[in-house]
Amino acid sequence: MTYEILSKTQLAQKETLFEVNAPEIAAKAQPGQFIIIIPRAGGERVPLTICDYDVERGTVSFAFHEVGKTTKELGTFEKGDCLYNVTGPLGNPSEIKNYGRVLCVGGSIMIAPLLLQSKAMKDAGNHVTTVLGCRSKDFLFMLEKAKACSDEVHVASDDGSIGERGLDFLKELLKRERYDRCVVMGPVVMMKYVSDITRPFGVPTVVTLTPIMIDGMGMCGVCRVTVGGKMLFGCVDGPEFDGHNTDFDELIKRQRTMLPEERLSSLLWETSGGCDCERQ
Amino acid sequence: MNGSEPDTKKAASTKRQQAVEMPKQGPEERVRNFREVALGYTEEMAREEASRCLQCKNPQCRKGCPVDVPIPNFIKCITEGNYAEGISVIKTKNALPAVCGRVCPQEEQCQKMCILGKKGNPISIGRLERYLADWEREHGVQVPEKASPTGKKVAVIGAGPAGLTVAADLVKLGHEVTLFEALHVAGGVLIYGIPEFRLPKDIVQKEVEYVQRLGVDLRLGNLIGRIHTIPELLESGYDAVFIGSGAGLPQWTGCPGENLGGIYSANEFLIRVNLMKAYDFPQKDTPIRVGKHVVVIGGGNVAMDCARISMRLGATVCLNYRRSRKELPARAEEIENAEEEGLICNFLNAPLEFYGDDKGWVKAMRCTEMELCEPDASGRQSCRIVPNTDFTMDADTVIVAIGQTPNPIIQRTTTGLQTDPRKGTIITDDEGRTNLKGVFAGGDVATGAATVISAMGAGRRAAQAIHTYLTNQEPKEGSS
Ligand SMILES: Cc1cc2nc3c(=O)[nH]c(=O)nc-3n(C[C@H](O)[C@H](O)[C@H](O)COP(=O)(O)OP(=O)(O)OC[C@H]3O[C@@H](n4cnc5c(N)ncnc54)[C@H](O)[C@@H]3O)c2cc1C
Ligand SMILES: Cc1cc2nc3c(=O)[nH]c(=O)nc-3n(C[C@H](O)[C@H](O)[C@H](O)COP(=O)(O)OP(=O)(O)OC[C@H]3O[C@@H](n4cnc5c(N)ncnc54)[C@H](O)[C@@H]3O)c2cc1C
Ligand code: SF4
Ligand code: SF4
Ligand code: FES
Repeated sequence: MTYEILSKTQLAQKETLFEVNAPEIAAKAQPGQFIIIIPRAGGERVPLTICDYDVERGTVSFAFHEVGKTTKELGTFEKGDCLYNVTGPLGNPSEIKNYGRVLCVGGSIMIAPLLLQSKAMKDAGNHVTTVLGCRSKDFLFMLEKAKACSDEVHVASDDGSIGERGLDFLKELLKRERYDRCVVMGPVVMMKYVSDITRPFGVPTVVTLTPIMIDGMGMCGVCRVTVGGKMLFGCVDGPEFDGHNTDFDELIKRQRTMLPEERLSSLLWETSGGCDCERQ
Repeated sequence: MNGSEPDTKKAASTKRQQAVEMPKQGPEERVRNFREVALGYTEEMAREEASRCLQCKNPQCRKGCPVDVPIPNFIKCITEGNYAEGISVIKTKNALPAVCGRVCPQEEQCQKMCILGKKGNPISIGRLERYLADWEREHGVQVPEKASPTGKKVAVIGAGPAGLTVAADLVKLGHEVTLFEALHVAGGVLIYGIPEFRLPKDIVQKEVEYVQRLGVDLRLGNLIGRIHTIPELLESGYDAVFIGSGAGLPQWTGCPGENLGGIYSANEFLIRVNLMKAYDFPQKDTPIRVGKHVVVIGGGNVAMDCARISMRLGATVCLNYRRSRKELPARAEEIENAEEEGLICNFLNAPLEFYGDDKGWVKAMRCTEMELCEPDASGRQSCRIVPNTDFTMDADTVIVAIGQTPNPIIQRTTTGLQTDPRKGTIITDDEGRTNLKGVFAGGDVATGAATVISAMGAGRRAAQAIHTYLTNQEPKEGSS
């Protein structure tokens, strides 16, 4: 199987969307599932959420944010290059039903996969409100796509350079309107924040947890999270969980356990000249 | 394999009784590298050891081997210097001799039954098997002839010892075999679990290549249950399915603090080090962090492997086991090796709680003393907490190696498949038939964590049952 990159789209400075040839995965993929990529032989296994699939073309798309060694390296791949391995689809599909009114909140790179859910929710007959959260106006992407698959779109940025400043406006939104379900995909701190906002309103809130993963099939347990006081595995029990019962603080700590090693790896990559310098 | 000093004392008078020792890397040296510890026999050693065999008419040793290797026959070939024939004799029954010769618990199996074992000096059957397999690898591996195509297709799930055996056997019988493996490398526990210094990965790789050369179509990165379900495989043209998905789901102590950083399941630790080659970080991309004081909880082979890896990564390692030395389930040879390398064993204690620092990294653990009591229903020595004996010990890395249960994805995604709800195992008869038509299973997924050779034995029996199933099916199906 050759996992050729058929198209590469630069979403923002360090945010990239790839469409790869993977017909068997495309045939089974559903919103909410993820894949694990090994860019080249000897590389690391990185989990990335599926943000689109096309059964006819036999392709799967994913978007990633360059944060460490492997995602930076992935950023240097071009159209026509092949990935060493793509495993998937992994994890449980999202629960897509007609709930009524659904609030979909996406943050930074996870906006891309969120829109797949917005679309699925809309196709299932829901009224969909999509919120795109970004750091500043330079990091906003897929606004048109969001409009096309939602009834209502709001934009928010951390610095207020575009749309609302921060996510506090969600409280007003929830006071004004009834929502039957909320779906949040984004950085862990953001998912925690949004879950805290929706809790008093009693809106069931689904979050996509992104613990560190290796195998992604339930064998290593590095992805364990605490939800409702129980130890669950992000890869096989999730990746979606009840945001009101998730121990986000533990997750944040667990995501950082290998930080010194990740920094070293990233630094070595940059000093060895693999990196950004070549691309920009 | 040469240039090593055999640490044997071969007095001429005892020559015929005493087993020929196998040279090993010395403990001070090997604890600083990941190279294989046991170095293998030289030709002279192999012939000397083989010459001790009595060539029994009714060889007891064979009864101890779960796959019925014709032991006296291959040993005879060694004494005659006829190595090519020797290896083909083994391969009639065992597709992975280089692996079994290294990791079979021979002292519990073939060697336990050897007639010379009664006097405490059984023939070193495993070492001889390894010798022939290694000889063959150096001299070029022959691929046997296949039966003519039957037109039947079989899907084998999991490329561990069970799946590899089923795939090899069925392809030789003329069936078309697709082997689906979820990871990006084939071999199962042989690749991701057992460390390099006990079983070099290029040997496993060669065994996998052999199975591929037989004509098996290996598909890596295919997690069955997600990419295809078992009913889908049967509908899409496979006439039978074999499930050999192993037992890789880690078990936990359930003590508070277990989700702290620095607490690994044995599998996470092993997967990082063996599969992802984290011992070579940052040359390889997957990291591992091991502190100064590693505590391994458990006492089986898996615990021993984790301990020996940790020592190689530079740590001081304690093994905390809740029963006493006598009950340690690990192989005697491995315990001895580990202690030579500096392992400290703490018996009769169990963890109660883990303490972390402000960054969420483990720094200490509270334990209690245990005592042995009456054996439980299964005859296993039980143990219980001794009240008010709590103590605290430093630990900046903890590895929980207290067992694995079957990987659950297939069980969860195959409706109607009969499983044991308590153990998570797939229920089969002796030949590996599940309750679903055309669906077979074997190895750790059916028995719970066991051994390489028992998984292969199960694979062998299942392959026969599948073959019978496929050949009987023919008349009914008519055209194909
Ligand atoms: C189910 C799942 C879905 C994901 N989907 C996406 C996605 O669609 N797009 C995207 O850009 N990222 C996604 N991630 C996160 C992505 O996997 C990590 O950003 C990536 O592994 C980082 O690898 P690296 O080598 O570049 O960085 P590293 O050097 O490994 O890490 C850099 C930083 O990222 C964090 N990190 C490392 N590994 C992971 C991990 N496996 N999960 C989360 N954080 C991690 C570290 O704590 C560190 O702060 C997902 C993660 C999971 C578990
Ligand atoms: C650290 C360690 C040391 C050991 N040491 C010894 C020893 O010295 N001697 C000995 O005899 N035994 C030893 N064992 C036990 C032995 O390795 C196992 O009993 C044996 O490997 C079981 O074989 P298997 O084929 O049933 O399963 P596995 O070897 O576990 O193989 C199962 C394979 O199936 C794949 N898989 C799982 N789910 C799916 C799916 N849904 N779709 C596709 N593929 C899937 C897995 O990735 C894996 O590759 C050890 C085990 C461990 C963990
Ligand atoms: S396969 Fe294992 S049990 Fe059988 S003869 Fe070889 S070493 Fe002994
Ligand atoms: S029982 Fe021992 S001595 Fe007899 S044939 Fe087997 S290995 Fe040789
Ligand atoms: S990633 Fe290994 S168990 Fe989830």
